[in-house]
Amino acid sequence: METGELNPNYYPARRAAAVVQHYLNTRYGSPYRWMFLGNVHNASSEDVTEGRKYQLELTIQEMISNVSGPCSAELLFPGAGTPQVQASCDWLLPNNTRAQEEAFYQQHRDSHNLVSGDRIPDSYGHMEPTMKPFWHLGGVASSFIMLEQSNQSTLYNMAQVANFTQLETEKDQLRFQYHVLLHEMVSQEIIHWKMLITWSPAEGVKVLQTDLQPKCNCEDPPDSIN
Amino acid sequence: MKQYLHGNIAPVAVYKGRCIESPREPYRTGTMKVLFLLVLLAAANCEKVFFGDQVIRVNVESEEQIQLLRALEKDTYWGLDFWLHPVNSELPVDIHVPYQSLYAVKDYLSAHNIPYTVMITNVQDLLDEEKAEMEENNMKERHSRSFNFGAYHPLETIYSWMDDLVAAHPNLVTKDQIGTSYEGRPMYVLKSHLSFLFIHWCVFNEFKKLVIFQIATDFGTDPSLTSLLNTMDIYLLIVANPDGYVHTHTSDRMWRKTRSQNPGSMCRGVDPNRNWDAGFGGPGASSNPCSDSYHGPSPHSEIEVKNVVNLVKSHGNFKSFISIHAYSQLLMYPYGYTCKDAYHAAELDSVGRSAVQKLSSLHGTTYKVGSICKIIYQASGGSIDWSYNVGIKYSFAFELRDTGRYGFILPANQIIPTASETWLALKDIMAYVRDHPY
Repeated sequence: METGELNPNYYPARRAAAVVQHYLNTRYGSPYRWMFLGNVHNASSEDVTEGRKYQLELTIQEMISNVSGPCSAELLFPGAGTPQVQASCDWLLPNNTRAQEEAFYQQHRDSHNLVSGDRIPDSYGHMEPTMKPFWHLGGVASSFIMLEQSNQSTLYNMAQVANFTQLETEKDQLRFQYHVLLHEMVSQEIIHWKMLITWSPAEGVKVLQTDLQPKCNCEDPPDSIN
Repeated sequence: MKQYLHGNIAPVAVYKGRCIESPREPYRTGTMKVLFLLVLLAAANCEKVFFGDQVIRVNVESEEQIQLLRALEKDTYWGLDFWLHPVNSELPVDIHVPYQSLYAVKDYLSAHNIPYTVMITNVQDLLDEEKAEMEENNMKERHSRSFNFGAYHPLETIYSWMDDLVAAHPNLVTKDQIGTSYEGRPMYVLKSHLSFLFIHWCVFNEFKKLVIFQIATDFGTDPSLTSLLNTMDIYLLIVANPDGYVHTHTSDRMWRKTRSQNPGSMCRGVDPNRNWDAGFGGPGASSNPCSDSYHGPSPHSEIEVKNVVNLVKSHGNFKSFISIHAYSQLLMYPYGYTCKDAYHAAELDSVGRSAVQKLSSLHGTTYKVGSICKIIYQASGGSIDWSYNVGIKYSFAFELRDTGRYGFILPANQIIPTASETWLALKDIMAYVRDHPY
């Protein structure tokens, strides 16, 4: 793969930028804040002893508020293991989502009414409005996995929340079991993961456990998505 | 408009690479239909304008006769309207002669030993017939129009919609079977008259229906599309992988491949966009039958792919090949199997950029343009690499909306906006292909 100045529209820069997107979700994401990659403006890479380092200028879009802004990032793809990212997006401050997050947190904190859902979105791209924050949360949590799994030959997106179940609140954290489908663009694989996650406005999203599900080559895949 | 249409009934012998119908066939009724529609609008103001008029066909025998006919064409005295102009002695000349000039014109032709036959003995009768047929078709068209384009539909519904569309526009759209799928489902192309552009779709089936419907309704009103269809045919393969499509409805929404059985493996299916004979088996495709990018045992092993290959090869005159996928918002050109530039890369890039500009103009949707290998990944065995290598210069692949938020499960309310914006890009490409014959 080439190094030096990179064409910002070509895949090496785009794949690196997607990793930055996942990183930002792990740091700032919530049921009301979910980041996606816009354009890459500048990109360069160089080989270093630890692996390959990228410098990027890009635009990140926050999906729910529809606000976009610039970010600079530096990322290292090591020989093996999780990419290391440093990014600054001055405009990404926890501000206007506070009220919504608090309301959502209070609504679901009491364990009398545990929520669950499946196929979000459904086969037709549809979901109930009440399910949306859980979709966002699934996407943000998936970013932990996608960040960890990324390398220069991958490009990840969450394809669908197969299902999720809310568990008892513990230590003031909402807790969920999620089953997500990730789409890896280069291999075109759909990869199933289960994860145990927690969230609160104060602590943000944390992923406690992840479980790669084996690819089922049977007639009906597990938790058949219709 | 009438003159324009006449001018575009281009006899085959003159224009290489355009329509494939025999020059001995009269003006295709599709064009005539539109002609009469326009004429009907005039007739609404004054009844029975064409009563007794005839259309005569002159079978030209010499250059001298051509000269005489050209002189006749210039002379407006008899009110003649040439539907097929005098070109050379190989080609017929068709003339619409008003009733009051019939005797004089026939006399003139006989005096100069110019043989002719009467093609239409009474133009008005034909008009009346057409009017009745059109009313019937309007009813059928209302039925096909009432099809909900803004929703996902199962295969049977798509196939029956195709039949409705053909019934409503019989002179413009035909349906041909190009083969069957692995599981025996028919594969159809819709052809809109007048082999040039081949659009096939690996995913996002709903959108194509809107395109063909758009073609059917815009013909005659959109001058660019009309001129295009007067010189070229558009073939649309709406469901390129019917077995896979059905499987996404019945079992696994994320299914990508065909449904063929792989001997010795529990895993079914081959990636139909890694199975073409272009860098087959190279990087970016898997040799593992369980993989979603499995290239298959050999090039064109998948019958779905083979059917298209056969169609393209037997036709022999496609000028453009466009493959539609989801998702990522990209417009790409060859190659995928190598990152080396295709010979026409610069031109294809500029065609792509122009098309994407048209696309964006509608809803502001942004697309990136580039070769497959550079923009998205190196991938061998892809369809547009194959089509390009067999000589179809204007080969493109679209990745439609979105960029990952919904990904493969785009909400149904985005189907129509996506289709509308993409249609603008397609028209732009088609116009370019029309204007750059090769």
